[in-house]
Amino acid sequence: MRKPGPDWLGIILAGLSAVAVLAALGMVFLYAPREVTMGDVQRIFYFHVACAWVGFFAFFVTFVAGIGYLARGERRWDILALSSVEIGLTFITMAVVTGSLWARPVWGAYWTWEPRLTISAVQLLIYVAYGMLRTAIESPERKARFAAVYGIVAFVTVPLSWFAIRWWRTIHPDILTGGEGMAMTPRMVQTLLTSIAAFTLLYVTLLRQRVRLERAADALARLRLRAENEKGI
Amino acid sequence: MNFIRQVYAIVAKDIAAELHTREMVSAMLVFAVLAMFIFSFALDLRGAMARAAAPGVLWATVTFAGTLGLSRSLAREQQSGCIDGLMLAPVDRSAIYFGKAIGNLIFMGVVEIVLLPLFSALFNVSLLRPGVLLVMALGTVGYGAVGTLLAAIAVNTRAREVMLPVLLLPLAIPALIAAVQATAGLVDGGTLADVGGWTQLLVAYDLVIVAVSMLTFGYVVEE
Repeated sequence: MRKPGPDWLGIILAGLSAVAVLAALGMVFLYAPREVTMGDVQRIFYFHVACAWVGFFAFFVTFVAGIGYLARGERRWDILALSSVEIGLTFITMAVVTGSLWARPVWGAYWTWEPRLTISAVQLLIYVAYGMLRTAIESPERKARFAAVYGIVAFVTVPLSWFAIRWWRTIHPDILTGGEGMAMTPRMVQTLLTSIAAFTLLYVTLLRQRVRLERAADALARLRLRAENEKGI
Repeated sequence: MNFIRQVYAIVAKDIAAELHTREMVSAMLVFAVLAMFIFSFALDLRGAMARAAAPGVLWATVTFAGTLGLSRSLAREQQSGCIDGLMLAPVDRSAIYFGKAIGNLIFMGVVEIVLLPLFSALFNVSLLRPGVLLVMALGTVGYGAVGTLLAAIAVNTRAREVMLPVLLLPLAIPALIAAVQATAGLVDGGTLADVGGWTQLLVAYDLVIVAVSMLTFGYVVEE
């Protein structure tokens, strides 16, 4: 059996992610200007938006991988789907937590049912359910099939949820949040884009490692099975 | 034509089974009335507050009672081995889906027909209006459609009955918001045109969910 060499691509990706995240951190704290009304608290925004973006992107990858699995029935699509959900859950949790931390000093409450924060929380619940579904099924083939179906149905409700939650907020105007949005200067936009790029790179790095881990677990399970069969003879 | 006959046969089978046992509709109904009382006590609903809360309490009640009936409907197929028979029969998978979904919608509809006058009396609102009935129908179709698909998934898991609400409720949130808002708008004296945005959202939800469920149901029941 071939002894695996160092995973150069993985090392390069990890290095690039580290550099990108450090660069984003530097820009957030040193390059981006201080927001006039909210002050330094607003700097959490760059991480918050990047986390939410990675979360939604990860769930989109799971949706596509689900279609791939149902069409082809290959294990690798299922590995991609489950890896992406795990990473997406981590990032969407960070988005919800940073969102509440940001809301507290700015709006005086941890939770204000702001539409974007609300839909992130709904996604968090949906993909926690996805994880519970996977753990509640024994057969690996059935687990993959059911998870693929749920990943597809779950993702198509995202735009519907978005419209529902948005309209729901507009008919109950929120006195706390009041006027929407803040004026972004070019430096802020650059910082935000760098942060999003850095987190996306981090997502790709983590996804690759998680997929490798699952493949290694599969290989180990096969070896165990073979060893047991040989002992049996 | 053949497709409609197949769907009809499955619906007829479910109705016949329900007429014998009456376990699904009666369980949903009793549960719904209990939920209505629990909400009234929990939120201390009287007078103007009861009127304001009525649409929300109505939909929460229908939602929870619905999970009860949906999981029973598919569990019955599983326990009796009926689903294996259906799979062996030369019928299209989507016919099985539509048969089960329509059956579930009929049972939920029966429960709602009994609930609406009860709600109107207890909360002192008039819910027996064509507009409200239309919103009830649209909301129930979307909820029942996705519920039937997810119930078929849930009965094949280790947790079974516990799994269905966990899977179903987060996906039902858009339909629930739209249905509550549309019902509230109508109860407040609005016309169907006033709540047009919400009913359109419900129609969009129904179409998307029915299409996706129809396409994926075959993968859920195959073995």
